[in-house]
Amino acid sequence: MENEAGALSRVAGLFSARGYNIESLTVAPTEDESLSRMTLVTTGTDEVVEQITKQLNKLIDVVKLMDMQEGPHIEREMMLIKTRAIGPAREEVKRLSDIFRGRIIDVTDKIYTIEVTGTSAKLNAFVEAMAETDIIEVVRSGVMGIARGEKSLRV
Amino acid sequence: MELTGAEIFVRCLAEQGVEHLFGYPGGAVLPIYDALYQQDKVQHVLVRHEQAATHAADGYARSTGKPGVVLVTSGPGATNAVTGIATAYMDSIPLVVFTGQVPTALIGNDAFQEVDSVGITRPCVKHNFLVKDVRDLATTIKKAFYIATTGRPGPVVVDIPKDVSAAKAEFHYPKRVTMRSYNPVTKGHPRQIRKAVDLMLTAKRPMLYTGGGVILSNASSQLVQLTRLLGFPITNTLMGLGGYPATDRQCLGMLGMHGTYEANMGMHNCDVLIAIGARFDDRVTGNIEKFCPTAQIIHIDIDPASISKNVKVDVPIVGPVDQVLKEMLAVIKEIKGKPDAAALQVWWKQIEEWRAMDCLKFDRDSELIKPQAVLESLYKITRGNAYVTSDVGQHQMWAAQFYKFDKPNRWINSGGLGTMGFGLPAAMGVQFAHPKETVACVTGEGSIQMCIQELSTCLQYKLPLKVINLNNRYLGMVRQWQQFFYDGRYAMSYMESLPDFVKLAESYGHVGMQITRPEDVEPALKEAFKMKDRLVFMDFITDQSENVYPMIPAGAGQNEMILV
Ligand SMILES: Cc1ncc(C[n+]2csc(CCOP(=O)(O)OP(=O)(O)O)c2C)c(N)n1
Repeated sequence: MENEAGALSRVAGLFSARGYNIESLTVAPTEDESLSRMTLVTTGTDEVVEQITKQLNKLIDVVKLMDMQEGPHIEREMMLIKTRAIGPAREEVKRLSDIFRGRIIDVTDKIYTIEVTGTSAKLNAFVEAMAETDIIEVVRSGVMGIARGEKSLRV
Repeated sequence: MELTGAEIFVRCLAEQGVEHLFGYPGGAVLPIYDALYQQDKVQHVLVRHEQAATHAADGYARSTGKPGVVLVTSGPGATNAVTGIATAYMDSIPLVVFTGQVPTALIGNDAFQEVDSVGITRPCVKHNFLVKDVRDLATTIKKAFYIATTGRPGPVVVDIPKDVSAAKAEFHYPKRVTMRSYNPVTKGHPRQIRKAVDLMLTAKRPMLYTGGGVILSNASSQLVQLTRLLGFPITNTLMGLGGYPATDRQCLGMLGMHGTYEANMGMHNCDVLIAIGARFDDRVTGNIEKFCPTAQIIHIDIDPASISKNVKVDVPIVGPVDQVLKEMLAVIKEIKGKPDAAALQVWWKQIEEWRAMDCLKFDRDSELIKPQAVLESLYKITRGNAYVTSDVGQHQMWAAQFYKFDKPNRWINSGGLGTMGFGLPAAMGVQFAHPKETVACVTGEGSIQMCIQELSTCLQYKLPLKVINLNNRYLGMVRQWQQFFYDGRYAMSYMESLPDFVKLAESYGHVGMQITRPEDVEPALKEAFKMKDRLVFMDFITDQSENVYPMIPAGAGQNEMILV
């Protein structure tokens, strides 16, 4: 998208006006500072997704659009999770975090804050695994996507 | 030499060839009005309400194909313009609307007369801009005209803060602009066109269904050539009237909720549907589940998002209608294609049977004035040559049914949004664009009161409009639905305390007439249209109980019309 004020609200407005779902949305500037890149996760039948694609392409601020589902691609999401870590839970949380290749990035005598990256499914699994512990806060970045191999989304 | 933003604004409009600017002043646009005062290239038309400015610009655009241009102040000026912007958006009409804004330093401060104009208009514009730096002004204006008039046209809003119009910059108006994210298609895909032609030539029961896209892309002559060459029946949407001559035998009239029986039956029974610049609106399709059950569908449209939006189509062609039709004609010529004449003969025989039902008949011996009769007389007396604008309601449908438009750009109405109040200001815009032509506004006593103040504008600019008020003392279309679907509980559809429209017209300096007897209809119209330099407000007291027929009730298919 053009890295312009208002571009994001045009996309968000389109989704709410036409009743499409936004499951997650991430947006940030790219190496070309006139452009920002958005990854948006939505659901719908093939017809709905086709309409969404066409409507997005119609927005003047949208420069180029790619439906990641159309080819092999990588999805990543990051999660920061703050949990109580006292007594026996302290060891258990660390063990779970290791299994999910998480990193403990902040520690106090009562708290661990863990960073985990992966597909949304993996992050969901981690949250589930942690269900027994006392989770205080979860922050997720929303999904970012990129195509595998030669294929790329470039202007 | 450096110019102020306001001077740049005026120069841009002049370079763009804008002759009329419809607007209303206020604090945030004072610098611009000051610059307008000091030039004579662009004529500013002062309306009495900003909604009317947008409708007038809209009428101007619909009747010329050129963009309509509007200037209003910030806050209430901008919000008053929104109805007109949304009206233009729904019908894909090119407008460029300039709104004043509070100075950049105050934006976001709840300053006096501040609204987020870009935010408010976002869902009803093709695009909009907030100009934050006077050095961007000229390019932004160029982009606004470019976006509004190309591809699928639409309104574009340019919000200009007061300090930007006061600041100075070098003036340079770009000859053209390009935008990496906006490249409208200019041609149809040859393979798709070939596929469509092949399908059309095998059709046994073909139907051409054409809409506003034909008018917007100026494709009437190509459409006529193609239709005559193929010998297919053709129907127009409310927005497409005039795209093909209504008096031609191949034309089945309008389709849809209040379309003709033959058009709707033709749609329902066709085997190949060729949709051209039409968008399968719900007022056209009726119940989508029952729509064209036996048809393969070809759809030509400039907007890819229109294709397979409501109805899945078999052969989509994205491109400007005029271009695609030209290419189709060339292909047919090249392959020496011929339609299936024998099958067509059978098809036409069936269609003539439907046509013989005479679905638009009405009581011609009534003692009361029938609204249909007024429109028939209007057609006769203006010889079908008038520009006709309308408001919204029963009168709109009767005008669409009974005024036979043989030329494009002559029928001016709010189809998509259905905006009451549109008719009179739109007629002003048409008259500005065509000072020598006859312009009639068909309205109802409900609609006309939504922008009645424009009678004052008409006096100021000596616009000799003819207002045809079909006065049934009801919000007729609402009353009709209440009669059919709410057991006759007429909640708030009766118009009490109506003004004396004759005196009202006179007090605005115009001619007023009231017509109460059927035999006076034609003589009165004759007399009114003889007054070439006066606005005549004709108040026809019509039969209150008249309904618009035929009708596809909600939830029904196109083959399930209620006839009289
Ligand atoms: C601004 C606006 N408000 C409400 C409506 C809903 N509406 C549609 S038709 C109609 C009645 C119009 O009455 P009138 O102008 O007298 O025309 P008639 O139907 O009697 O010919 C109304 C209220 C509308 N279309 N536009």
